[in-house]
Amino acid sequence: MNIPIELKYTENDEWIKVEGNVGTVGLTDYAQEQLSDVVFVEILLAVGDTPAKGDSCATVESVKAAADIYMPASGKVIAINEGLPGAPETVNSSPYGDAWMVKIELSDPAELGTLLDAAAYTAKVTKEE
Amino acid sequence: MYLPHTDAERQEMLSVIGVASLEDLFRMVPAGQRFPELGLPEPMTEMEVSAELNAMAAANESTRNLVCFLGAGAYNHYIPAAVGAIISRGEFLSAYTPYQPEISQGTLQAIFEYQSLVAALTGMEVSNASHYDGATAVAEAVSMAQAHFRGKRTRIILSPALNPQYLETIRTYTAGSSLTLDGCDPAVDPMSGPDCLYDLLDSQTALVVVQYPDFFGRVYDYRPLAEKAHQAGALFAVAVNPLALGLLTPPGEFGADIVTGEGQPLGIPLSYGGPYLGIFATKMEYVRKMAGRLVGETVDNRGQRAYVLTLTAREQHIRREKATSNICTNQGLMALASAVYMSLLGKQGLREVAELCYHKAHYAASQIARLPGYTVEAGAVFFNEFAVHCPIPVGVTNAHLLDHGILGGYELAQAYPHRRELDNAMLLAVTEMNSKDEIDLLVEALAEVSND
Repeated sequence: MNIPIELKYTENDEWIKVEGNVGTVGLTDYAQEQLSDVVFVEILLAVGDTPAKGDSCATVESVKAAADIYMPASGKVIAINEGLPGAPETVNSSPYGDAWMVKIELSDPAELGTLLDAAAYTAKVTKEE
Repeated sequence: MYLPHTDAERQEMLSVIGVASLEDLFRMVPAGQRFPELGLPEPMTEMEVSAELNAMAAANESTRNLVCFLGAGAYNHYIPAAVGAIISRGEFLSAYTPYQPEISQGTLQAIFEYQSLVAALTGMEVSNASHYDGATAVAEAVSMAQAHFRGKRTRIILSPALNPQYLETIRTYTAGSSLTLDGCDPAVDPMSGPDCLYDLLDSQTALVVVQYPDFFGRVYDYRPLAEKAHQAGALFAVAVNPLALGLLTPPGEFGADIVTGEGQPLGIPLSYGGPYLGIFATKMEYVRKMAGRLVGETVDNRGQRAYVLTLTAREQHIRREKATSNICTNQGLMALASAVYMSLLGKQGLREVAELCYHKAHYAASQIARLPGYTVEAGAVFFNEFAVHCPIPVGVTNAHLLDHGILGGYELAQAYPHRRELDNAMLLAVTEMNSKDEIDLLVEALAEVSND
């Protein structure tokens, strides 16, 4: 299972990659494995929206479950992955790459301190397994 | 009466919760309401009950012994005997989709056939397994538009010529939501055509809903309105009489995103207003926001054709708070009845029934239009129903018709009490059940009323 060291994680299995003031959000490798084949992705945000940490960001459906994706941090949406709903299987094949969901301009970088680092997320996942 | 608990078990439960007796348990209920006198009559034997119920039933007039020209949303059509015979089979008669649905392949196949027939009839790509009736189906279209736009568009434009009961149901469904309903204000003339809706369209509009034929029986070409709605970025829904689609262009061909309908005309008896059938069809593009159950065809692990409930993540039993609707009940038996009806008649038969309705209604309208004192509402194409302005109040007219064994038209003042111009107006429906003699009888009786 892939848990990149440079990312931050949530208890709900989202990841966020921070570059400067921009955060990119997606679903972890562990989550996609639990969901199995993803057949549907709907991104619930649009460019310009200002979601708060914990707001719904996307809905993902697999052949056996449906999951809601929540924002790991607050900010203003500057991009959404327009191609993802047309290629939901990308969530399985490239959870940290092509299957990114939204990019935001962080409005409160201090929130990142409450997220899990790779070691803490590995511990959470190991405990669940 | 069978009660599952023994006295000892009841005593045990009471002692666990620390209450001495059943009377103590109900002590919080005011004494007067605690053990109310129900005032029920003495018990009767089965034979006595049967006789009493038969006597009550015999006091009713029904379409079996009356000539019926009443419609306004439910229509008196012929139901081939095979419909009743097939839906009465034990394998089908249970009204509920079983909780382990895939074990009932026959039920699922019947629903799948129903969905396929509805999709073909409406010209849409996908149909759900049905809703309760035409009113709840159109209300689900409103919920679906709300879910589709995720609350970012909040305006619903409703044709003032929607069945008033559909309007009421939509109002009930949307009470307390962020949606605003426009176009159907009581100040708007319900007879105004679809052109009155153009100016209401804006960037906040989620959905435009029209009826086809509309409540007054009129048939409009909705293509321009559908185009305008799409230009504004809104969805376009059409509530249909499915039987009329035997003759009319299916809404899928003039831009409908959602088609709903009252399925009762398709082989379902009038029976006091229910159970009926809510038809709901849409485009594949919107299927994940569609409410209701959906049966799909697949192959099992032996490569055999099989039927399953599919796309269930849309539904409330998996994601209750995110589902488009909290209702996933369907009218299984009524959906089956309509599927049997459509299969028996076929495309050509359905067209013939629709043509009979159309021609008989037009004959009736032309005869009534000749009567002094009567005006048939003109100016639009109509299917099998039309408004007639009578010389005297509709209640009096209908009482006179009833003396001739005729169930008269719907009194429009009931639905539109504030529209003075509809005071003496009735809505008459004609179906294939009405012979020429019956129509002539109606015309004669109407002539007598105006002469009295």
